[in-house]
Amino acid sequence: MKQTQSCADSLQQARLARYSPGSIKASARYLWPLAALMLLLAVNLLLDASFFQLSFQDGRLYGSLIDILNRSAPVALLAIGMSLVIATGGIDLSVGAVMAIAGAVCANLLLQTELPLALVIAAGLATGIAAGLINGTLVSYLKIQPIVATLLLMVAGRGVAQLINQGQIVTFLRPDFAWLGTGSWLGLPLPIWLVIGMFALSQLLLRRTALGLFIEAVGCNATASRYLGVNDKAIKLFVYAFAGFCAALAGMISAADIQGSDANNAGLWLELDAILAVVIGGAVLSGGRFSLLLSVIGVLIIQSLSTTIIVSGVPAKFNLLIKALVVLLVLLLQSDKFRRQLSSWLPKLRKWRKGDKA
Amino acid sequence: MTTPSLVLELKQVCKHFPGVKALQDVDLRLFAGEVHALLGENGAGKSTLVKVMTGALAKSSGDIYFNGQNCSFASPAAAQQAGISTVYQEVNLLPNLSVAQNLFLGHEPRRFGLIQHQKMQQQAQQLLLRFKLNIDVTAPLAQYSVAVQQLIAIARGVAMSAKVLVLDEPTASLDSSEVQMLFDVMRQLREQGVAIVFITHFLDQVYQISDRITVLRNGSKVGEYLAADLPRSRLIEAMLGKELQQLTHQAATTTPAVAEPLLVLNNIAVKGSISGVSLTVAQGQAVGLAGLLGSGRTEVCRAVYGVDALSQGEIQFGGKTLRLQQPADAIKAGIALCPEERKTEGIIGPLSIRENIMLALQARRGWWRYLPVKQQQQLAAFYIDKLQIATPDADKPIEQLSGGNQQKVILARWLAINPQLLILDEPTRGIDIGAHAEILLLIKSLCQQGMSLLVTSSELEELVAFAGKVVVLRDRQKVTELSGDTMTAPHIMQAIAEG
Repeated sequence: MKQTQSCADSLQQARLARYSPGSIKASARYLWPLAALMLLLAVNLLLDASFFQLSFQDGRLYGSLIDILNRSAPVALLAIGMSLVIATGGIDLSVGAVMAIAGAVCANLLLQTELPLALVIAAGLATGIAAGLINGTLVSYLKIQPIVATLLLMVAGRGVAQLINQGQIVTFLRPDFAWLGTGSWLGLPLPIWLVIGMFALSQLLLRRTALGLFIEAVGCNATASRYLGVNDKAIKLFVYAFAGFCAALAGMISAADIQGSDANNAGLWLELDAILAVVIGGAVLSGGRFSLLLSVIGVLIIQSLSTTIIVSGVPAKFNLLIKALVVLLVLLLQSDKFRRQLSSWLPKLRKWRKGDKA
Repeated sequence: MTTPSLVLELKQVCKHFPGVKALQDVDLRLFAGEVHALLGENGAGKSTLVKVMTGALAKSSGDIYFNGQNCSFASPAAAQQAGISTVYQEVNLLPNLSVAQNLFLGHEPRRFGLIQHQKMQQQAQQLLLRFKLNIDVTAPLAQYSVAVQQLIAIARGVAMSAKVLVLDEPTASLDSSEVQMLFDVMRQLREQGVAIVFITHFLDQVYQISDRITVLRNGSKVGEYLAADLPRSRLIEAMLGKELQQLTHQAATTTPAVAEPLLVLNNIAVKGSISGVSLTVAQGQAVGLAGLLGSGRTEVCRAVYGVDALSQGEIQFGGKTLRLQQPADAIKAGIALCPEERKTEGIIGPLSIRENIMLALQARRGWWRYLPVKQQQQLAAFYIDKLQIATPDADKPIEQLSGGNQQKVILARWLAINPQLLILDEPTRGIDIGAHAEILLLIKSLCQQGMSLLVTSSELEELVAFAGKVVVLRDRQKVTELSGDTMTAPHIMQAIAEG
């Protein structure tokens, strides 16, 4: 066979290996995010010996691990939607605001006690899809850059939510709806189940149909995808609508959690956590391959980190700084280039220390 | 002529990547005032050699002597400082900035730290006049054709007082008059004592301009020759390492004289582009589109494929009028396109060969009916074998393949849905000669199997070899149609040039 591999190829190979499914290196994609998560959990265990302890009370599990999972639920839902948007080379800054809108819509409908629960949930989800369709139309049909298009709704969305709530914090007394955020089923809090369910459904939808492949194709090269017959605009419209749906679900969980809608604070800054989680999961912002599992691992890393900082007893004013530094470290550890550099420093460091002693 | 002095010498340079020996003990001698052609198939190590030479890559071993001194450049910037400039195949300038800004980017004339725009524009104008380019230097670069951009890139290299100028496939996207313009500039620079490294796939051009030739194969140097002493056949042998019989063209395939028309373009026009183009492609016929770069070849292909909307006229296909909003509509009707810009419009780089092959079929099936992975693998294996795509693994990203193999994958993509009409826009552009011949044979066999083809190519011999009819375009209009005995390369050339 002809030797066709050139040097540029082998350079690219290093970059691409983590994105080629089926190869040995595909599993290496999961190695570093998982290692980072394990390391964080281990640190937690050192700080708090009871960290891995679970107890069973009143029909549900309690413990730090459950707590981390439960708290990560809204961001995990956002990250599932964000993964697809980022895979097409876009970004969605509005998901936090969409959470607030969906929460506000549900809270106000819940004030009318005669409305059935299913209708309220459907209205909340439809709100999210509608918001996503607006984003998607701006991006794919009006060709506005994603960061600008979704920034519009990020700013306007909170205003819309405040209008719906008429400037108040709207609270409701509906145990059936509150169950979404505070209830439990088979020993696990319901938000965890919602994430598991959404994850499984998305995985089915994306990987058992050609949708996932089309999204990746459009993200890698939209022009070539269009030239071979993929409707790239429809694909982009879909991912934003999907992200809107996920955001609405997240918004309902946080509304149910506090049994009310606070337009100013619901989902505030969570879009940034979701983007960060997807990036920690190894996604490239310019688009391409995606992995929902890696994004969710990214969410767990962020959430465990927050817990670690609280448990470690560091004064609260250091929290954000420490969080940023650890995230930077996680991202660096994922970079092949950085790890190679690190391994080339280590022998030098050892030599230097030996020389010092002598 | 005085005895030429050695400017740059590479001795036993090696470059190893994990698992690959990209360069193995390569020597290269570069004399002042010569054009030195660096030849080899794709993957022979030309680009690696250039990158090592210009500091873009660090060598694994070996020595580089510049003006007699042993040195190795830490970065392209350091090499440029010393006087080695490189102009890459893809023009790497900034399309939104003005011509003058591009020319002086990073070393603008300054006073008190502020850029002197007026002075910069004057200098830019003067510099470009040396290249016989009289253009508005304040206009954004993107306004000018690729050829002009290429010349500007070279001017930029020369502006930095280059002693060595490396041109990596500068003529790939130029038409013949533009190539001559470039060659004039190269000759001028050669007389000024600049050593020029010239990388190209076009052997005609090698003989037109080169003084010396170094041939690489599989990362090793095959030999260094004086261009005058090396017959073309021996050069090809040196590059391929084998005698090549396949390269000889066979006689043109004859198509049945009376066949149903498949594609009829009726006086079509696209706003700001082609106007009044009519042509007919019969069932099972191969029609060539000839013309210079910018003559409207690609634009006709795009219009037929539904990329650009028609402003006038109609397209009939199989007796029905087509209304094309997007390529998907054309595909549905039975039309497929291998685009000219393989990298940006053809391949989906990071996706695997298997996925690149099955995507068009999948797009036609729709998103819901996913082709099972096992069938995808069978499909990929079938075409990898049938088209002899050189890869150990169908799950390799397509961007790791050479240009010729990428083109075969794109052909495979369309064969999988078996279109009635296949449009091939410059199917052999930028492809090494080995794969070049294979792709030509493949196209020929498609035609023999009864697939209708619409082919553009700037290599007229190629068109004549398999087209039943050649349509000549000039200035975005149809000039004439040639077939039968009148369809020869000289005739076509004449039709292109007249007017």
